[in-house]
Amino acid sequence: MTTLLKETLSHASIYMPTPARIVRTKAMTAHEKLFLIELPSGFSLDHRPGQFVELSVLGVGEAPISICSSPSRSNGHFELCIRAVGKLTNAVHALPEGSMVGIRGPFGRSFPIERFYGRDILFVAGGLGLAPLRSLIDEVLDRRGMFGRVILLYGARSPEDLLFPNELVQWSERGDIEVHLTVDRPSPQWVGNVGVITTLFSKIEYDGRNMVATIVGPPVMYRFVLRDLLAHGLAEGNIWMSFERQMKCAVGKCGHCQMHHIYTCQEGPIFSYAEVKHLEEALS
Amino acid sequence: MNDLKIMPKGAVKAWVEGLKARGFRIVGPQEQHGKYVFDVLDDVGALVLEYPISVTAPKKYLLPPREVLFTFNTTTMEMEAQIEAEPTVLLGMHTCDMHAIQLLDTVHATGFADQHYQARRKALYLVSIECLSPCSPQCFCKDMETYSATNNYDLHFVDLGRLYAIYVGSEKGEALLKGCTNVWKPTDGDLKTLNQVMTEKWPRFEFRLDCELSELPKVLGASQTSPIWDELGDICLACGACTQICPTCYCFDVTDEVDLKLENGRRIRTWDSCQIEKFAMVAGGHNFRTSVAKRQRHRFMRKGKYQYEAYGQMGCVGCGRCGTGCHVGITCIKTYNALIRAYRAQLETPSAEVRAVEMTP
Repeated sequence: MTTLLKETLSHASIYMPTPARIVRTKAMTAHEKLFLIELPSGFSLDHRPGQFVELSVLGVGEAPISICSSPSRSNGHFELCIRAVGKLTNAVHALPEGSMVGIRGPFGRSFPIERFYGRDILFVAGGLGLAPLRSLIDEVLDRRGMFGRVILLYGARSPEDLLFPNELVQWSERGDIEVHLTVDRPSPQWVGNVGVITTLFSKIEYDGRNMVATIVGPPVMYRFVLRDLLAHGLAEGNIWMSFERQMKCAVGKCGHCQMHHIYTCQEGPIFSYAEVKHLEEALS
Repeated sequence: MNDLKIMPKGAVKAWVEGLKARGFRIVGPQEQHGKYVFDVLDDVGALVLEYPISVTAPKKYLLPPREVLFTFNTTTMEMEAQIEAEPTVLLGMHTCDMHAIQLLDTVHATGFADQHYQARRKALYLVSIECLSPCSPQCFCKDMETYSATNNYDLHFVDLGRLYAIYVGSEKGEALLKGCTNVWKPTDGDLKTLNQVMTEKWPRFEFRLDCELSELPKVLGASQTSPIWDELGDICLACGACTQICPTCYCFDVTDEVDLKLENGRRIRTWDSCQIEKFAMVAGGHNFRTSVAKRQRHRFMRKGKYQYEAYGQMGCVGCGRCGTGCHVGITCIKTYNALIRAYRAQLETPSAEVRAVEMTP
């Protein structure tokens, strides 16, 4: 019998996590590290791309982290790519392999991948935004036949800041996903594009009419990317974004992630542009 | 249910003493420093049922300002949920606060049910009292439709002079009166007095909001870019007093406390406020609600629009506490009415913004 991790929330307290083990860690960049997490035997995360977990270090606190591994490749484990940027994430970075953490979730609405069937897909990732998108990219590549053209646009500060470098090479070599990279600050060896993510749009030809786009990146990126996508004829309902907000509970109670009447942790973090374009606070 | 009983005022003290003897924690309004607060009644004689507004809302008995969610051991990873629920009788609640509890009940039962809240709520016996006249210069409960009994009371008192009429709203309420010998079925005379008291009550309250309540969400929806938010932002001290004393504000922060050996600790939830600068800030420093104006806007939107859209009940019950507690005189009624005036003026000379909102399905 497998217990879904989410079911444990109804047992005693919706705020109490389940212990889980950090099986492996891997430094990705100067600030980001990949963690392979294992739930106790008999528990399953059963997540979908775009969802997140609440990660606890007991005694330090808790923070929402996007799941970056795809459900199709989870096999009892899942991965979190974490930037050391706050109290909790710095504490997690200091933990050696074998350490125990707490996990609640998975939470939130995922990318509606079934609605992408038969369409071209444009992934747009900025910085750490590749982490949640990787979950979706792998899922799409594992069902590659269900989609049309697949393109990834990915921007990072510098070549050293590119996440999942080996996978970027593997994806480029597959031939069935077009990978376009850009950096703000090139190294001497960098031969690729230089500039913000929108500079990649002029490098590719695409027809937005049968296309779905997914955008994950820093807040400032969204408006500029949206302008390009809308100009290319993408339907507002076919542009999907992940919204980062402060979250203290992930169960629709603490109020921190509220934008307008929407609790991002419950109805998001994935929203279509059509759903949020009228919300003054969403893209500000 | 909704049985009606009569109790002489002189019998209330003995009744409450009896409840205390039965093991209930008794909480009620009492005078402290010349004002009224809800507190545990060590001395039942300190109970005051006819009082103006209490300084803070009784929400603290459902959502304590500070609460242990679970305890943990960092080495063994053992965790234990802390569900605390002491059978408590909450006496003398004004009906605005009862409406607030209705909203809190809905929020904590929606989606993921909050076991901490629900256990406490289950152990709570709500005894409300009908307000016969406005209790504060700031209150506008008639406009918010909260100036009379809700349907979530266990007992509801109406002051008939020397007597109280008591509506019994639930089995829990019935249990509270169990064994009390000094209650009787209303006589024709009692009913006549009750009708007279209630009839005289309604005109004592005035309408203060310059629009229909059902119009308020629409007015606020059209006011996202109103300059009134900047005016509030210019004077607001961002102290968060308004949200602390609001009966419907329930936002919280979560922190860990751990002993010096870094071994045993607990996860704590404490009241938080959307008026504090860091409330909507994410790790790395990006703040989704940077200015004080935007935070004030968020608060008012939540009270008169967002919560209504999310839960079907207004987030404001018209108690006026936030206006009383504000150091710079920001009040709900003044703000709503200023927005309503601006909205009406805009309608007369429609701007693109208002037209856009009107057209939004």
